[in-house]
Amino acid sequence: MCTVCGCGEGEGEARIDGVAHVHEDGTVHSHAQAHDHDHHHAHGIDGDLDFGAGPARAHAPGLSQSRMVQIEQDILAKNNTYADANRRLFDERGIFALNLVSGPGAGKTTLLVKTIELLRDKVAIAVVEGDQQTSNDAERIRATGVPALQINTGKGCHLDGHMVGHAVEHLKPADGSLFLIENVGNLVCPAAFDLGEHHKVAILSVTEGEDKPLKYPDMFRAADVMLLNKCDLLPHLDFDADLAEANARRVNPDLTIFRVSAARGEGMNAWVDWIAAGLAVQGARRTESVDALKARIAELERQLATR
Amino acid sequence: MHEMSLAEGMLQLVEETARREQAQRVKSIVLEIGQLASVETSALEFCFAAVAAGGPADGARLVIIDVPGAGCCLSCGRTVAMESLFGVCPDCGSHRLQATAGTEMRIREMEIE
Repeated sequence: MCTVCGCGEGEGEARIDGVAHVHEDGTVHSHAQAHDHDHHHAHGIDGDLDFGAGPARAHAPGLSQSRMVQIEQDILAKNNTYADANRRLFDERGIFALNLVSGPGAGKTTLLVKTIELLRDKVAIAVVEGDQQTSNDAERIRATGVPALQINTGKGCHLDGHMVGHAVEHLKPADGSLFLIENVGNLVCPAAFDLGEHHKVAILSVTEGEDKPLKYPDMFRAADVMLLNKCDLLPHLDFDADLAEANARRVNPDLTIFRVSAARGEGMNAWVDWIAAGLAVQGARRTESVDALKARIAELERQLATR
Repeated sequence: MHEMSLAEGMLQLVEETARREQAQRVKSIVLEIGQLASVETSALEFCFAAVAAGGPADGARLVIIDVPGAGCCLSCGRTVAMESLFGVCPDCGSHRLQATAGTEMRIREMEIE
């Protein structure tokens, strides 16, 4: 790991606010060579993150005897380490984090904007927007008055735990706040990458097919909640909402489903109430961790007094 | 899906292990890939060969062990074989199957010299 900014290995470069942050060394693990860190003075809350990807390299001198080495690790272990760190931070600070996933055009950004409008007077909100290119979505979110950070994944098809960790550093979400991550519009890849969120929320719109949960089962299996969006259009379509829900539950029997229309507001109260319940749970968790810290301080003071 | 990201994740683990073990070369890598993990193994092999080029794992052979999918029927409680992430319980006909095995993507071990 890079000791300056905490960047993991394997990145070609990460651009923040258009300022290059280059990992160009041959031995990525040791960071023995040039390592520019221009961006640390430049990124504000509106700064965008731009990630590329490149393979890591290593040179390992030593033995020439052939032997087997046990590894026994998940291929995504690295990502999961970043995600766990994000989740720990969220839990310590009582932040409720959601990862919104869908195919392109299901209405994620509109849904986010409406959700923010319903909640912004009650709770602090910060938003991470993932797209391959442009900062259009972050600008739509900023127009609602809440801070938003755009992450451009470049060629990447999903956000990962490391990118979101950087986003948290930039956005500095308040204690007890709501942290919303809009993933790249893609029903396949984001399913496998834990970002440290508490729940994945899959959005399916009624202008898609009822069989989408069966065609892309990974995402509906990874999600805890499904929002069936654009339900105001149901009278004009042949879409069978009950069939869509049944298909989603075939893939994930425990799925919680809300029928909503982000554009018209129908069903949004139930969804917002669900978020409020999640925030309350996180708030209680934070109180617990603060109480535990206070108890520890008291114990240490007691020990100090006896010295 | 995203086999390039998986290949890069694999390479990180493999190169870290190779460095720790002071290996000069990685000859083969044994992977366990579940049938329900949605990993296209030929794409993973292709991507890994591309990202490993020039490093100690250049040319390493991937030995991929298929782990069969299995699930629990939430209606009758039986454990049944699953070939996709959804199915029908052969015993009671319920669609309420929850995958319990075959979703893993792990590096088990590797051969170094």
